[in-house]
Amino acid sequence: MEWEVVIGLETHTQLKTNTKIFSGASTAFGAEPNTQACEVSIALPGVLPVLNREAVNCAIKFGLAVNAEIAPRSVFARKNYFYPDLPKGYQISQYELPVVGKGAVTIQVPAVGKNPAYEKVVNITRAHLEEDAGKSVHGAVEGMSGIDLNRAGTPLLEIVTEPDMRSAAEAVAYAKKLHELVQWIGICDGNMQEGSFRCDVNVSVRKKGSDKLGTRREIKNLNSFKFMQQAIEYETRWQIETLEDGGTIQQATVLFNPDTGETRSMRSKEEANDYRYFPDPDLLPLEVTEADKARVKAQMPELPEAMKARFEADFGLTSYDAATLTASRELADYFVQTVSAGAEAKPAANWVMGAVSAKLNAEEKSLADSPVNPNQLASLLKRIADNTISNNAAKQVFEALWNGEKDVDAIIAAKGLKQESDSGAIEAIIDEVLKANPAMVEEFKAGKEKAFNALVGQAMKASKGKANPAQVNEILKKKLS
Amino acid sequence: MMNRSLKQFGEMLQTKKISSVELTQTFLARIAQHNPSINAYIALDEAKSLAQAKAADALIAAGKASPLTGIPIAQKDIFCAKDWPTTCGSKMLANFVAPYDAHVITQFDAVGAVNLGKTNMDEFAMGSSNETSYFGGVKNPWDVERVPGGSSGGSAAAVAARLCAAATGTDTGGSIRQPASLCGFSGLKPTYGVVSRYGMIAFASSLDQAGPMAKSAEDCALMMNVMAGFDERDSTSLNREKEDYTRDLAKPLQGLRVGLPKEFFAEGLDASVGKVIDEAIAAYKKLGAEIVEISLPNTGLSIPVYYVLAPAEASSNLSRYDGVRYGHRTAEYTDLMDMYCKSRAEGFGAEVKRRILIGTYVLSAGYYDAYYLKAQQIRRLIAQDFVEAFKHCDVIMGPAAPSTAFKAGEKVDDPVAMYLQDIYTISTNLAGLPGMSVPAGFSNGLPVGLQIIGNYFDEARMLNVAHQYQQVTDWHLKMPQGIE
Repeated sequence: MEWEVVIGLETHTQLKTNTKIFSGASTAFGAEPNTQACEVSIALPGVLPVLNREAVNCAIKFGLAVNAEIAPRSVFARKNYFYPDLPKGYQISQYELPVVGKGAVTIQVPAVGKNPAYEKVVNITRAHLEEDAGKSVHGAVEGMSGIDLNRAGTPLLEIVTEPDMRSAAEAVAYAKKLHELVQWIGICDGNMQEGSFRCDVNVSVRKKGSDKLGTRREIKNLNSFKFMQQAIEYETRWQIETLEDGGTIQQATVLFNPDTGETRSMRSKEEANDYRYFPDPDLLPLEVTEADKARVKAQMPELPEAMKARFEADFGLTSYDAATLTASRELADYFVQTVSAGAEAKPAANWVMGAVSAKLNAEEKSLADSPVNPNQLASLLKRIADNTISNNAAKQVFEALWNGEKDVDAIIAAKGLKQESDSGAIEAIIDEVLKANPAMVEEFKAGKEKAFNALVGQAMKASKGKANPAQVNEILKKKLS
Repeated sequence: MMNRSLKQFGEMLQTKKISSVELTQTFLARIAQHNPSINAYIALDEAKSLAQAKAADALIAAGKASPLTGIPIAQKDIFCAKDWPTTCGSKMLANFVAPYDAHVITQFDAVGAVNLGKTNMDEFAMGSSNETSYFGGVKNPWDVERVPGGSSGGSAAAVAARLCAAATGTDTGGSIRQPASLCGFSGLKPTYGVVSRYGMIAFASSLDQAGPMAKSAEDCALMMNVMAGFDERDSTSLNREKEDYTRDLAKPLQGLRVGLPKEFFAEGLDASVGKVIDEAIAAYKKLGAEIVEISLPNTGLSIPVYYVLAPAEASSNLSRYDGVRYGHRTAEYTDLMDMYCKSRAEGFGAEVKRRILIGTYVLSAGYYDAYYLKAQQIRRLIAQDFVEAFKHCDVIMGPAAPSTAFKAGEKVDDPVAMYLQDIYTISTNLAGLPGMSVPAGFSNGLPVGLQIIGNYFDEARMLNVAHQYQQVTDWHLKMPQGIE
């Protein structure tokens, strides 16, 4: 029997505002417990929420970035439940009327084994603004639990997808795409360790061809892509095995344990809270006008899709290369800066996606920490373009730059990598080679093409690798004809 | 002396006939004498009050006085006042000392008024007799066997017994106007959004509104000048230009159209109260008013709608009292759930629990549409009734409460009978309209209040209508026996 997994994601992105969503308290990470908890954060009697318009601007940016409907009027609601890290006994969120409605993102699912890479559209159901809770601190005081309310009231945008993904790879590709996008438009710092980007994944399975959704289980709070992949794979196997053994799936919330690689049920549907949502009477409906949208749009950077199209049109890059370069803002910026510094676009694209990315991956570095900056890379590419050095020599120069040397021309000079482009000198070398290898010349004349390459090799060797290979080819061809 | 108006107290202070310290001491002495039998105040702090009085005297000496500078005002214990106990009449907050000032408190501080003390109230403002207070019931100064009304019962008794120059109250369903009626003074609930709710402990956020409780309409106008105004910390506070609520007091009432809703004079109204109201209406006719019969057809639905919406909001507003960060926490508990249950079971009184249960029920999955949503729809119909009515009249008049003050204990076991006390006041809260109660006479020696309801933001006109009546009557100057 063939099974199909169906996956939808709910992602909590922490918005990059200086102050909390309903008060003036700071949102900075890592402060001493409860030093960023004002009277509103700790829910003293009588305090009231006031909406931080910056958080709304972040939501509008996201809505524009995924071509979503942005509600002219949305409503904040109270989600009621008791927990020590929830000071008011309710979370202010949006329920029936969210600020961002239906939208979509296009994801690149990478090749796996024999399966080639492909593009896919993931539909966004909605995105709504809400406040974060505080957190429990265990062990600070012997035998007691503490509460740190610094995080309470931090603005979040919860982004919900349709159940559009059909594999762990697609889910991870979506999560990575979203992770890049929210950083690209500057609404989230993307720091997963600090909890700025947290995913809940809804997983269900069904027989292939069925159009009915199976019962889903929700994997909570995944804070790395690796764990997400493992958790979905485990959960999918578990659900299929359960069904094949004649069991049924109960709707539940589960947690992923990275140590065992397993998911474990936290609470079933029956144990779920009745949140008793109702419109928050302390807040007026949120209005977003066309003017608000226009103002936010004017502040937004060029979006990845638009930039990709521009790279294809202006630089003649392939769709794949353009997509790769616009997968992150950093990479795109690095490429654009390299081109702006005088490099040709195609070689710049090849080097950024090739040597630069390979080095960064090998050393687990981000572009921000790259020892080679776009100006240096551009200088290097210019020396290839003007035939000063060969591609092979360029690799040596790049290696030297990576290891801390600064000046391309100085490296070329010091290492003696300048290639010979004087046709007289090259002719002299070739004459020598022809004289020294009459057997090869004979072979070539007898029709053996291979012998030509051997003669090129001899000429390059004789020039100690400095001769311009194109010129060697050309002169040799002339001499042998 | 104690019967003087705020204006007269202000003149005495500014002409140095008396200092604020002396005036404050006079009131504190009266409180020491009468409060034990009335129980109007639940927190007093002589040192703090006198320090404010001293500062007020300095302001007056420096020629920087405004009308309420140096005047001792009683504050309902629903307003957070920095370093003052702020209990909201509940065991839950019996030990809570507010670390910040409510907007209303800040406004009074800014003009140099003196905080004379915090007044008793129904627990979390839930009640119409002040009998739900953790700190004991308040006695009606007109008859100590009887209740002062509620929930602002402490402020009401303090104003009636002249234990303050004026007081603040809050009104969610009638909590300023019903006690004003039962205790014989003037009380005003402003249009929703006119007075900031910041720092005012929430009962039902979409209905709560603070207002003045004072002897006369003129006093209420002076209090409104201090209390009203935009506050960016309250998202429901309205950003309107500052207004002088005394500006129209002297206007004649010739041609004023007074609407009498037939539903306010139907079954349920005590006949002797009805008679007093009829006489007040006759007085208005003499002042040149024209009487128009109007209808507010959904009046009968206001109590059921209110007892869905107010408890729904309250059940959520009161969730923060969980024993975790402040307030009452039970002494012994086995786990978190046990701590929540015991702390809340011990900290809240019966009426508060009843409303939390009702509110939780009406918001529950499967019941929300039938109760909460339906109630919201009817709320809009009730507001629409008033919009229609105000096409035919300038103000609406009727009784503020269906009866005079009832005996303590009389209605405590019958919540529905208690809830009916607010039958004439609740609909204005649901509509967000301003309303007043002014003394209009007596029935069997007990005060009766005339309610005046204005259109949105028509406080100045309401005050004018009340003030002109108080120029030709002296009901507002009557004092209970035994408090001199």
